[in-house]
Amino acid sequence: MIRILLSIALIGAALGAATVGILGFQGSQMRKPPFELFPDMDRQAKLRPQEPNHFFANGVSSQLAPAGTVARSQPLQTLNGEVYTFEDSPVNTGCVVGTTNFVETNPLPVNEALLARGRDRFDIYCAPCHGRLGDGNGITKKIGVMAAVANLHDKRIVELTDGEIFNTITHGKSTMGAVGPLLPTPDRWAVVAYLRALQLSWLGAKEDLTTAQQATLK
Amino acid sequence: MIFPKWTNSLPLVLGAVAALAGAGVAAGVTMYLTPKYTRAGYTPVQPVPFSHNIHAGQLGLDCRFCHNGVERSWFANLPGASTCMNCHSVVLKDDPRLAIVRESAANNTPVPWVQVHKVPDYVYFNHSVHVDRGISCVKCHGRVDQMDEVRHDKSLSMSFCLDCHRDPAANIRPTDKVTKLDWQWSTNAAEADRLQDSEGKKLVEHMKVESLTSCSACHR
Repeated sequence: MIRILLSIALIGAALGAATVGILGFQGSQMRKPPFELFPDMDRQAKLRPQEPNHFFANGVSSQLAPAGTVARSQPLQTLNGEVYTFEDSPVNTGCVVGTTNFVETNPLPVNEALLARGRDRFDIYCAPCHGRLGDGNGITKKIGVMAAVANLHDKRIVELTDGEIFNTITHGKSTMGAVGPLLPTPDRWAVVAYLRALQLSWLGAKEDLTTAQQATLK
Repeated sequence: MIFPKWTNSLPLVLGAVAALAGAGVAAGVTMYLTPKYTRAGYTPVQPVPFSHNIHAGQLGLDCRFCHNGVERSWFANLPGASTCMNCHSVVLKDDPRLAIVRESAANNTPVPWVQVHKVPDYVYFNHSVHVDRGISCVKCHGRVDQMDEVRHDKSLSMSFCLDCHRDPAANIRPTDKVTKLDWQWSTNAAEADRLQDSEGKKLVEHMKVESLTSCSACHR
């Protein structure tokens, strides 16, 4: 009797060990895609972004917009009223309307929220090369992989117009790639505004402060 | 005597076999037929040996440097090859491992990355609404900044979602810490728990985070 029960237990243990041996443990590395019990429900015949899709000739689901397409959008609130993304306006181009001359100043109202946004974006998209201080000492400089990274406190950059900085962020310059595709228009202007604040933090003099503020300095 | 004597023990033996088989099936289903086994651990071989450990971990790039649409879209996009080329037009510019990326940037062809985290199509997960309300990447994706190859770290099962949906305050964090995967409320575990509890409740209230557990929250 005991022997029978013992052998049943042993067979059970052997089966269990074999299962674990073949199937492994939870979370162990596997190269094959996960098993799906109802594949037609799990993967429906619908368009999902960035997937192969043979409906289109180039085989991708995410198509580029045809030339001249205007995205549905809310207008931007600029200092000169509302501007849509398709309009020829300094906020979209960085240039004075009808010319290729860069605008002198930021077309967006510069306030604390814009600066905070600019700082947030600067630290993500610019700091890897230009450093969080804008002095060109980002991580790429520290590990010595980028040939030349601009120090944003250089006189030549301080003297650029806001429009030209916007243009450089948007389209890139020499070894710097275009950041325009990564950063929406208002965010790029926010970065310009924050960069001005960064530059001011290096250029500012004691005399720029009010007497009351100067008194609080040590 | 119709039945031989050994049949006296038959009920006990059958009972033992049934109990063992039942326990075995229950254990097997719990262990193997859940996403903790079927999904977690999935580590596909990628066409380009991109290391998040190097880029996000050692170099400290923010997640959004590449996944730049994650705050605005339901979908956490992969970067275009042009984003890679912003650095790699200079760094490792002739490295054979990056041949596919260079080709992609030059010819506008897709890099055939293999998607790792893929909830079923009947689940409507929105990245932006989570990321913008203080749910960190690390909660669902694990320490990607330490992975050389991206690995499906969590189960992403329905109960995994519900655990958090039932108690958002226990998982929320300040929005500016969402992409800081190693961030903690405090280095002291007890203090971190206390702050998660007290500050988490405040964040939930401040950002008007709802505890959505109805079916239609995710299945539409």
